[in-house]
Amino acid sequence: MAMAAGDQTQGRLKVFIGMAAGVGKTYRMLLEGHAEEEAGRDVVVGLLETHGRGETAQVAEGLPIIPRRRVRYRETVLEEMDLPAILSRAPELCLIDELAHTNTPGTEHRKRYEDIEAVLAAGIDVLSTLNVQHLESLNDHITELSGIRVRETIPDAILARADEVVLIDLTPEALLERLRAGKVYPSERIDAALNNFFKIENLSALREVALRQVAEEVGAKRLTTELVGSREESLAADAPHAVGERLLALVEPYPGAQRLVRRAWRSAQRLGAGLDLLWVRAPGKELTEDEQRSLAALRQLASVLGARMIEEESDDLTAAVVEVAGRRGTTYILIGRSRPARGLARLRVPLPQRLMQRLPGVDVRIVADRSQRSNGTSKEALP
Amino acid sequence: MSAAVIVAVACAGALLGIAAGYWLPPHGRRPARERLPGGRRILLPFTGQEISRRSFEAAVRLAKAEDAIIMPAFLAQVPMNLPLETPLPVQCARGMPLLEAIEQRASSQGVPVDSRVGRGRSARDALRKLLEQEHFDRIIVSADEDPRIGLSYDDLRWMLDRVPAEILILRPAPDDDRRISTEAVKGHF
Repeated sequence: MAMAAGDQTQGRLKVFIGMAAGVGKTYRMLLEGHAEEEAGRDVVVGLLETHGRGETAQVAEGLPIIPRRRVRYRETVLEEMDLPAILSRAPELCLIDELAHTNTPGTEHRKRYEDIEAVLAAGIDVLSTLNVQHLESLNDHITELSGIRVRETIPDAILARADEVVLIDLTPEALLERLRAGKVYPSERIDAALNNFFKIENLSALREVALRQVAEEVGAKRLTTELVGSREESLAADAPHAVGERLLALVEPYPGAQRLVRRAWRSAQRLGAGLDLLWVRAPGKELTEDEQRSLAALRQLASVLGARMIEEESDDLTAAVVEVAGRRGTTYILIGRSRPARGLARLRVPLPQRLMQRLPGVDVRIVADRSQRSNGTSKEALP
Repeated sequence: MSAAVIVAVACAGALLGIAAGYWLPPHGRRPARERLPGGRRILLPFTGQEISRRSFEAAVRLAKAEDAIIMPAFLAQVPMNLPLETPLPVQCARGMPLLEAIEQRASSQGVPVDSRVGRGRSARDALRKLLEQEHFDRIIVSADEDPRIGLSYDDLRWMLDRVPAEILILRPAPDDDRRISTEAVKGHF
């Protein structure tokens, strides 16, 4: 890993990501730490969570560890990573476990990833670890899959900023074998783990999510490099780049918009992409009762589907769409059938063309009304 | 008034009209076929991946007779261990295609449709929340859904007792197994 090369002021971040605890992220991070040390670099362990795993503790031997500091919170003394000590020690490479950890109040930052940003800003390279369910954008999806909500999350943008993301993969069967052998949790926690989170169906789903996440992250990185170029610019990129495709459906508060939203959502599901809905409201426009009801129904639909409903006020529809698409990292825009133009508006460039001109590289799709399709071409499932 | 003045006023009016057509922002009136009739609203709730065709046909007949809107509603159920506002993509993957199928089929028969999604701890809770938010004149319920996963007989009794709307509970004849399912969706949805 040629981390020392390149940017002199900012450290480089490498994240080991996995589907669940116990797949070997920390172990692999420590192995890389040793390799870097043997290559002559100044390596320290800033924070290590062995969770009582003998294998992990064993592989950490030989690497200098910065002791944790004690932080008092509500009559309890807790141990946290010593950020000032790391910055003062100023190693070339620092190993910091559990990227999504929430710090005890009273430390410099609320979240560990903010500590890591401070370490990177000091020019120190960082290796860290993360479970896929801690990614904010995947949290709801994984909660529904597994029935367990993970409270500690990180914005996807943090992963997007990583210079390297390495997937530590293990089959669910192998992970369960490790769990039963006591290599993940101490014996008294094994039964509870097997009965709750560590079920084969949960792990299979999480593995799929982790594999897809890293594949998309690699694709997004490639695109970011091609389109943006410098690392500073890519750092400014928002979360959407971490998950590859992002769809934006243009809606209005009328019943037909739900059809568009459903179609957009299905496309988003197939692409494994995020979905935003955008309604551009004319300034000062008063909604009729029907429109208010349609808007409430759209918001409810967006919420159930996990889409984000964005409402902007503007007279210039194209400009508003362009602005939101840029802000959200949209790669795909879906629009419904246009209303017939009136008067000289017939001479105006249609919205899809305007969007294609203003948003090069973004796909624009016009969603048809399937109910208008002739029955002769459709498939039926009715007896 | 001279003919020249009349012609000038007419030309000015025409120009103004054309210019207004061009400059007015695209938020104007929707075509008549996209607007809903202001009449009665027929709710057609469901929880699974199919509904009886008899219920659907009853809703269509009534809607046509009364110039009403059909409002198919997918009732999503949030597990107790999750917050009520949790997105439910797995359930939606089952419910949305049926919503689409109902909408396509009703629209093709000239009946306006305005879909809804309800969300609650149970099908009844989702329905109750939906009824709290909006008024419906009539509710058509299929009594042949699996009561273990959809609306139970207790729920139907609750509706009859509590819901201020006409309620039509249809139980098809045992040999009437015609259904509208997600397979009826036209296109790649």
